[in-house]
Amino acid sequence: MDSVEAVTVTIRIPAPLRPATGGLAEVAVTGRTAGEALQDLARLHPDVRARLLDARGELRPFVNVYVGERSLRALGGLAAPLQDGAVLAIVPAVAGGAP
Amino acid sequence: MLHLATPLRDRLADLTVADYPREACGLLVGRLQPDATHVRQVFPVRNLNVERARDRYELDPDEHARVAAAARLEGLDIVGVWHSHPDHPARPSETDRAAAWEGWSYVIASVSPGGLQDLRSWRLQDGRFEEEDIVDGQR
Repeated sequence: MDSVEAVTVTIRIPAPLRPATGGLAEVAVTGRTAGEALQDLARLHPDVRARLLDARGELRPFVNVYVGERSLRALGGLAAPLQDGAVLAIVPAVAGGAP
Repeated sequence: MLHLATPLRDRLADLTVADYPREACGLLVGRLQPDATHVRQVFPVRNLNVERARDRYELDPDEHARVAAAARLEGLDIVGVWHSHPDHPARPSETDRAAAWEGWSYVIASVSPGGLQDLRSWRLQDGRFEEEDIVDGQR
């Protein structure tokens, strides 16, 4: 059971990761920091873990996470605190190029 | 199958020709359905790779996040990525494949000094790109 201090946040899932969340575009999780929220997402949907986090639990370099309009990396990374009702958006890195 | 109305195709042509010989890149916003993708909006996004702007692109994630948030407010979704191949065919490169995500359409525009030469769409499937048909359609 969640403690009374539990912070509920919403994580928006981009289309490429939705096969790992059973097709859900948003997942409600709990966590007082971004790291806790992403760990809770990985607990609820284990297939997400390898896509988002490396073996040490750090965010993979080709995945960006935003809290509102601010990049998690600019907010201090996974330790960034979250307010109740915060919205996290997972934004895949997009790159490529001509031959 | 990718549904792309003529005005949106024309917009892609304008954006990719305007940036020639640099690569242009951006996002496709619309609706994803099990058997088809419907594009409603085409957004240019800043290419962060200025050192190799002729043959590489890296979308500005801040702009990407803003486009995704705005799309959601309209009940839409990011459905794909577009970019140009200046003086190269509209086929995905190994660089494209290595960085691609399954579940999105990747529209590639071949551009030369004479303008848009070709426009094709690709989807990553089991690590390989498969071409998908582009059809003119709003829905």
